[in-house]
Amino acid sequence: MKFAVVVFPGSNCDDDSYHAAKHVLGQEAEFIWHKETSLKGADVVILPGGFAHGDYLRTGAIARFSPIMGAVAEFAKRGGPVLGICNGFQILLEAGFLPGAMLRNRDLKFHCEHVIVRVEQTETPFTLRAAKGQRLRIPIAHGEGNYFAPADVVQQLESSGRVVFRYCDERGDVTERANPNGAVNGIAGICNEARNVVGLMPHPERACEGALGSADGLILFESAVAAMAQEGVMRTA
Amino acid sequence: MKARVFVTLKPSVFDPQGKTIADALHSLGYTGVADVRQGKFFEIDVEARTADQAFHLASEVADKVLANPVIESYRVEIPES
Repeated sequence: MKFAVVVFPGSNCDDDSYHAAKHVLGQEAEFIWHKETSLKGADVVILPGGFAHGDYLRTGAIARFSPIMGAVAEFAKRGGPVLGICNGFQILLEAGFLPGAMLRNRDLKFHCEHVIVRVEQTETPFTLRAAKGQRLRIPIAHGEGNYFAPADVVQQLESSGRVVFRYCDERGDVTERANPNGAVNGIAGICNEARNVVGLMPHPERACEGALGSADGLILFESAVAAMAQEGVMRTA
Repeated sequence: MKARVFVTLKPSVFDPQGKTIADALHSLGYTGVADVRQGKFFEIDVEARTADQAFHLASEVADKVLANPVIESYRVEIPES
């Protein structure tokens, strides 16, 4: 199983994502510079967190023009699993892989803290191993994570089960207090219609080992491996 | 030819920065300031023969790149030189 971690100028969670895939899970992993045009046979693509292109213009707005994004679009179209983490999520929104946009956090503060998210949808390659309603303690680190979409789009996301993660409190209740940034309906992560492209603001790659305070994020990477193994079985069957 | 593009959050989108600025102005005693919306201003040099051409080119780049149509709207001005 090979993970490709796309590196944009300004990415800063690329090493963490690589580490989670390669050293924690023991899978193959490769960095792909954003100027490249091939994903080199990767099975899973990660757009990591950071500040691609310095967040100039808008977060993720310039990264969508990076040469590698053509290959990522092709890969996603063929059903390949793509995970956008934080800035990677913002890039997926700007590039039109996922609907909506990010606004400044409602309190204008950069939030760097552990939050709890509830898994809402397990039928994605990144949540397959999780249970519906499972709570994950994962850190966030963003200034623009206030997910916004027009009311009809939010309604569509909700009714088609495309909200994958939601901020919640320790009991699993979605409350205003548990929502760190003002995201509509407490949305922390969503997926595309085909469910192979997932974006989320929290950083699962920073919560993959007990030494980091939580290993809850590992389940996203484990899910991707399981999803690929399943597909391999289907391909050979 | 110069073109000016103003990008602002759509009226339906909450602008926390504008709200904070308005609150700051109120605390300074500017009670006559009812509301503030913060936006971006771009001045672009375009190669165009007519103001109309410049307007269309600037509108196109505003639509494709400078503004995110999900949350922002834009206005283009061609200043008389």
